[in-house]
Amino acid sequence: MSDITQSLAEIVGESYVSDQPEEAYFYARDPGLMPTHEPDYVVIPKTVEEIQKIVRLANREKIPIVPMGAGMALTGLVIPLKGGIVVDMKRMTGIIEVNENARLVIVEGGTSQGLLKSHLEKNYPKLRHSIPDSPATATIAANVMIHGQGRLSQQYGFNSDMVAGLEVVLASGEVCKIGSNSISPDWFSKGAPMPDLSGLFLGWFGATGIITKVALKLYPRKKMRDVELFITDREDLIQDMVFELTHTEMVEDINIFTQPLPMIFKDNHHMAIFFTGDTDTELEFKRKMIWDSLDRFIRSKDGGFMGVSPAMKPTLLEMPQRSVSRFADVNKGGGFEYSGPIILVEKYPECARKIKELAEKYELGYSGMARIIGRGHCMMFGFAFTFNRADPDMMDRTRKALHEVSEFSLKAGGVFWKATADEQRMALDKMDPNTRALMGMIKKNIDPNGIMNPGNWEVK
Amino acid sequence: MKYADIVHRCFRCGYCKFTSDYTDFNCPAYRKFRFETYAPGGRMWLIRAWLNDEIKTSERFQEIIYSCATCANCVEHCVFTFSEDLVNIFIAAREELVSEGIIPPPVRDFLKNIHVNGNPYKEPANERGKWAEGTPIETYDGQEYLFYVGCVGSYDERAKKIAATVGSLLVKAGVSLGILGEKETCDGNEVRTLGESGLFQLLAEQNIESFKKHGIKKIITLDPHSFNAFKNDYPGLGGEFEVYHYTQVLAQLIRSGKIDLKEYKAKVTYHDPCYLGRHNGEYKAPREILKSIPGLELIEMERNGENAFCCGGGGGNFFTDILGGGEDSPNRIRTIEALDTGAGIIAVACPQCAKMLEDGIKAEELDDKLTVMDVAEIVMQAVS
Repeated sequence: MSDITQSLAEIVGESYVSDQPEEAYFYARDPGLMPTHEPDYVVIPKTVEEIQKIVRLANREKIPIVPMGAGMALTGLVIPLKGGIVVDMKRMTGIIEVNENARLVIVEGGTSQGLLKSHLEKNYPKLRHSIPDSPATATIAANVMIHGQGRLSQQYGFNSDMVAGLEVVLASGEVCKIGSNSISPDWFSKGAPMPDLSGLFLGWFGATGIITKVALKLYPRKKMRDVELFITDREDLIQDMVFELTHTEMVEDINIFTQPLPMIFKDNHHMAIFFTGDTDTELEFKRKMIWDSLDRFIRSKDGGFMGVSPAMKPTLLEMPQRSVSRFADVNKGGGFEYSGPIILVEKYPECARKIKELAEKYELGYSGMARIIGRGHCMMFGFAFTFNRADPDMMDRTRKALHEVSEFSLKAGGVFWKATADEQRMALDKMDPNTRALMGMIKKNIDPNGIMNPGNWEVK
Repeated sequence: MKYADIVHRCFRCGYCKFTSDYTDFNCPAYRKFRFETYAPGGRMWLIRAWLNDEIKTSERFQEIIYSCATCANCVEHCVFTFSEDLVNIFIAAREELVSEGIIPPPVRDFLKNIHVNGNPYKEPANERGKWAEGTPIETYDGQEYLFYVGCVGSYDERAKKIAATVGSLLVKAGVSLGILGEKETCDGNEVRTLGESGLFQLLAEQNIESFKKHGIKKIITLDPHSFNAFKNDYPGLGGEFEVYHYTQVLAQLIRSGKIDLKEYKAKVTYHDPCYLGRHNGEYKAPREILKSIPGLELIEMERNGENAFCCGGGGGNFFTDILGGGEDSPNRIRTIEALDTGAGIIAVACPQCAKMLEDGIKAEELDDKLTVMDVAEIVMQAVS
């Protein structure tokens, strides 16, 4: 056992540290297509104090340190690009406190989306959080760290906008409270009315600190939930349709998907419009408002509502949607990856055409899916391609297609979501120089030894 | 390796680790070790790497492969079309390890003992039926049912008492049954799950021949593991028998009024054995029995039915103890979950679960709060 392994074992216990080839292999990759890099060590801490000690050790020894939730970003954000210690957070799964009336929850840094969903459903039936469609193992902390989106993003913005406070272990090993909790026992705001320091951590992929606790805003959970499907072949009208739908303020979530299969879906755009209610009256009122808002498109024969079959409805209403993961194996290949730029809704037609063009060029299966963020302020457009892990050529074609998506996204005015290392470099190159310099200054001061997830957001 | 054409299809999304409602991680090996490598997805990716010679047959790899309790939680919750084959894939990897002759020492010892002694306890065959002495259970001689007890029920002190209770109860209720005693042979379920497919086939063929020679048509098993082997694996080898787990027979006897149940006041929680529940879909019969006892309050654990958390004894781990030790061992976790219900009794329908959970109670020092009783032992209390 090396000295570092021994030191880590003294911190977390021998059972929860590995420098073995099996863990090195697994933690060197995520389910996506990014190049592999092996960690030197994997540790699974149980407490904040253990994380502090690990970070101090890493700082002293100048060893890179990479926090990891479930590793479901698919863009390589938990692949240790320069080796070092991967800190698997999933032994820290506590739900520390729920303030029912204030609709707030505080969770530990490894608490999964699934665990919080289950806890709320069983104990607080009037509360919910904005659950993403990533697998249920995805953690709350990692999701807000990457500015994820979820079922409530159309109403309340990015999931990171719903953060109400953080606890972070800094590169120095100190614990820092971010938000109202820094001067109050109550976690209800990540910044306002003070300077919002959460921006020093959210979106940085662990390059500035390790999130050990998250306070999250919760929202009303209605007793009923339903979905309508609106179909159009007029991609140029999507923006107008979204405008009308969001104007109603009746909609929970809007997802728009375009895909070649099944055959009847080809060349159409399906808007899944989710809505909720506590009573039949409320639900039916909202349904009517939604139908009325799109009436002019029906009258102009530019679209119509499609009956949602009993077989299809549970799949659409499921949270998280397991079908998203199933996409990986539609061709019995076990792989998919997507690039999901955040971009204006008016760019939907370009995005929809681009994914089809790339799928044809590289002979790939695809699914395009837009999730509306805010009241139509922007959207995440997922360019998803499925590939066969046993087919290196197909994997290479998928990489090329995704690279073209990255170039397209920047040109189209988009911003990379959960950017790969390459996309981060592209973004930094294009970024306003003063903004880039500010990012560099922040990183240099907060992590002077460059140990925190190095290779991410590195300003040269 | 069998299923080698499937292993690349795992996306490692992790649904396999959970219950259906995401209450908790529900893979016993993952709960114990907590490295992703010990979860079904990790195992799939490592098997592929191993087949591609990217990792070697290390001791840790063997531990990872043999830490699977074959509880089938992953089969139940994996979202992909190959989910049914997940446990089979892990067993296929074990078969490869066995054929290479590189297996953990406890696995090697278990298989050797079965091969040499016919049972994992290294006990002589003529001791096999001694548990039945002093009971009304007779040697099989053309009765309607064979009562098959298995290695654990035949040799383990605690399990022998359960076997005697089950057998006596059935006889008392008028069931025509007999045992093979010293002529009984290991069913091989754990031999198969530990990857010794050749030895399993030998045992199965011996049993099938013996059953046929005795004219056996119907079998009642004590152990869900035997039930699984007879029901699912023996038909493929020419062994078509009418197979029941004893709880199925007991439920029918109670339903038809052949067992008269008196009041038995107790708060009971029921632990689903994986080889009765997830592997064979029998969740109702044990619950029906318990609910039919006047005064008995059945309180479900949070994880039950198809979401039940394995005691950690499946897949040969009862013998190899790879999942044992430490506060994260599955039997200790399950014991605490049972305690949280407020019940004073954990009802089981598997002698292996009984032993595992009793060990969990001891380790958690809960002897004064919790007792493990087989469903038949509870019924016996209500009868007498």
